[in-house]
Amino acid sequence: MILSIAGGKGGTGKTIVAVNIALSLKNVQLLDCDVEEPNAHLLLSPKISETKPVYLPVPQIAEELCDHCGKCSQFCEQNALFVSPEKVLVFSELCNGCGGCVIVCPKEAISEKKRKIGTVRIGMSGDVELVYGELDVGEPMGVPVIKEVKKQIKNHKTTIIDCPPGTSCPVIESIHGSDYCLLAAEPTPFGLHDLKIMVEVLKAVGIPCGVVVNRAGIGDRKLYRYCEENEISILLEIPFQRKIAELYSRGIPFTLKMPKWIDKFQTLFNEIKDRVEK
Amino acid sequence: MKQITILSGKGGTGKTTLTASFAALARNIVVVDCDVDAPDLHLLLHPQIMKTQQFVGPKLAVIDKTKCVECGLCREACRFDAIDDTLEVDSLLCEGCGVCVVVCPEEAISLKKRISGQAYISKTRYGTMSHARLTPGEANSGKLVTLVRHNARRIAEKENRGLILIDGPPGIGCPLIASVTGVDVGFVVTEPTVSGIHDLQRALQLLEHFHIQPFVCVNMYDINTENTEKIIEFCEENSVKVAGKIPFDQIVTEAMVNGKTVVEHSPRSVVSRGIENVWEKLLSFLNEE
Repeated sequence: MILSIAGGKGGTGKTIVAVNIALSLKNVQLLDCDVEEPNAHLLLSPKISETKPVYLPVPQIAEELCDHCGKCSQFCEQNALFVSPEKVLVFSELCNGCGGCVIVCPKEAISEKKRKIGTVRIGMSGDVELVYGELDVGEPMGVPVIKEVKKQIKNHKTTIIDCPPGTSCPVIESIHGSDYCLLAAEPTPFGLHDLKIMVEVLKAVGIPCGVVVNRAGIGDRKLYRYCEENEISILLEIPFQRKIAELYSRGIPFTLKMPKWIDKFQTLFNEIKDRVEK
Repeated sequence: MKQITILSGKGGTGKTTLTASFAALARNIVVVDCDVDAPDLHLLLHPQIMKTQQFVGPKLAVIDKTKCVECGLCREACRFDAIDDTLEVDSLLCEGCGVCVVVCPEEAISLKKRISGQAYISKTRYGTMSHARLTPGEANSGKLVTLVRHNARRIAEKENRGLILIDGPPGIGCPLIASVTGVDVGFVVTEPTVSGIHDLQRALQLLEHFHIQPFVCVNMYDINTENTEKIIEFCEENSVKVAGKIPFDQIVTEAMVNGKTVVEHSPRSVVSRGIENVWEKLLSFLNEE
């Protein structure tokens, strides 16, 4: 089963929930798809066994074959190619690696070379396999790194996916293929607003969802009302407790120090599993 | 005209809370929300929309089923897995690159324009606001950010405003890069957690990469004072200036529930004084630049 943890708003506890679920289960892998700011490894301190660079194919021009007809530049929707009468300029950071310029070039003057944009690391933390991606600083496109992280999904394991914040393309790529999406939300106006956007996204992609209320007790009751009116199940509440916040600040998953929570995360997971199997 | 972007790397460190309070304390500004896929600033500033603009995002491939011979070449050529086994285009995965159009032997595929969001120009009690809403799930938030910033500059010129105050998105990818390029100061809001420190470091690397002056503030510093010290030491070692620290207080959430900025809701609180102090420092830092 693939369970993704998303939230819309940043800092609502996605990583805390993902890590604690992973620590409460057996035969599990955790994929950190927040490749711009991965954090799960900070809580799990894995022993890294494999490091893979992530490349994006970008065009390279054989100037001796090029007659500067401009077809590649006309084709490129990303504006990554500029053709002057003497030279072709490639703006690699803008290229999404679609490969279209190679196809449209009538002189076969374009080939592709690999450009590194990030790294995927794989390791173990106790019984949890952790896979996480890291986008190189200054690179704009995280999606290809997320795709590489997701290639590590193993069917015989339970896969937990820690998603990036927001509601746009990196989130879509991360949740794609999930059996269920758990939304970590805080009961505040910001939390509710961004949760609603995520619920819309999940409807559009057809993935069922439920909510974990994090920092329960702060804010107001509007999030609860919204979930009730829209028949979205609240599957767990994590109270706002100084102890939990302090443990998190030190990079310690709170189930390690508050073991009664292991049961709660197991129950949460079993409940989700039942729903998926129905 | 100067520009400041509030960023953090990690989400939930208090970017929007601080931006809103800064807007309340500032004079002569245009305020901007560049977190276009999960915008929250409007929940505190209650903008009255004056102008709405359609945002044309990446194009979308459309297959004309009357011409399609189901050869599957488009599916093979698509590097974004946006065409499935039944030769349907998944609009959320399609990047609008047009490779399918050029490989189709039947000329059955075309690219069409799609509206991926709206940009707004609004009135708020603290000045004009430029903001937007990306359609949930859409791509190219960076381009929408660029549009929002372009609108902000036009307003600032027209209204003769001296400062553009930008609430940035989390992360360090395309929407954040679009939010910080060309600004005078990148104001980084961090929190004293292991994750906060890690993300601060990446955010600072990003600012350095784009040659933008950083200025750091530790929010909720009393959650872990040891980590706060570590952050301040780290900044000193790397010659990054620190604006100050702001304590954790539930009144921040209370203010949010009431739809107000903290400095309006509890002007005499320690948090508000901390924010005022940081704002003063930020202004003098900006003027030194």
